[in-house]
Amino acid sequence: MSFNVENYLTDQSTGDIVLNYKGNIDSDVINHVLDTVEGKMVEADEQAKLRKKVYNVLVESLQNLYHHVDPVPEDFEDQSSDRYGLLIVKKIEGGYKIITGNFVNAEHIEKLEEKIKRINRSSHEEIKELYKFILNHQKISQKGGGGLGLVDIARKTGNPLDYSFQKYNDKHSFFYMNILVQDDI
Amino acid sequence: MEPIIIEGTPKTPTVKFDAAEGVFEIKGRSIPENSVEFYKPLVDWLDSYKESPLTKTVVNIRLEYFNTSSSKCILDVFKKLEAIHKAKNEVEVNWYYEEDDEDMLEAGEDYESIIRVPFKMVEIVE
Repeated sequence: MSFNVENYLTDQSTGDIVLNYKGNIDSDVINHVLDTVEGKMVEADEQAKLRKKVYNVLVESLQNLYHHVDPVPEDFEDQSSDRYGLLIVKKIEGGYKIITGNFVNAEHIEKLEEKIKRINRSSHEEIKELYKFILNHQKISQKGGGGLGLVDIARKTGNPLDYSFQKYNDKHSFFYMNILVQDDI
Repeated sequence: MEPIIIEGTPKTPTVKFDAAEGVFEIKGRSIPENSVEFYKPLVDWLDSYKESPLTKTVVNIRLEYFNTSSSKCILDVFKKLEAIHKAKNEVEVNWYYEEDDEDMLEAGEDYESIIRVPFKMVEIVE
């Protein structure tokens, strides 16, 4: 059976959910998500340091979706979203978990995975240097991304990127990331 | 030169570039999806200022958040300042960061290591 997005969302939507969204990722949605999560963190009296880290990582995660998602498969339930993505923000012991999901065309998987693996085998110091190198040498792409989003997430969280590709059909896979932002780094 | 004065929004910073005073300020949040659109006029303006700058230019960067797409545009701003500095004018960058915001301090240090302009890291204590 192919990967079922709905089941995945249900499985992940347990625990202390701060926000849960699936659908089109446009500028207004990004504003709304950022406002909501920021508001709830203030309400929960989170320390400024953790709040800022979560906010930063959330901005990059959402804008990665905004700039890079591939179109949904032809038989997928939601055909109206130009940029379909899903997002779950959960409060966990000692921090927050940000889960994102989006479709990736089969031919784009290799390049994306290569990039993630490069980040994951780098030390914190190497990630810092990689960030500076890309910042200084790479132009902003046609899509508007700077190529720095994933590097920045790894740098700010201090954790390897936890990811997975779930095959939907021969042409499409569902890519998800499970990002942990802890308050003790 | 006409100054640039832009009011901040939840996603874009407050900007005050005053050529008569030689004081430039970027303050607030810089997290737009399309950062080039926002920063291009600033970079173009600096290109004109660069032609006849004051002998001393002070730049205050006081950002609460900025996204990675803005980070490249901010580097473009600094590159213009570097050119002004290279032409034997005094340029000073004050990079503000809130107490305990190590990420923002590190971001300032990144720029300091790339751009040949004197930076001052200024901690904001509440």
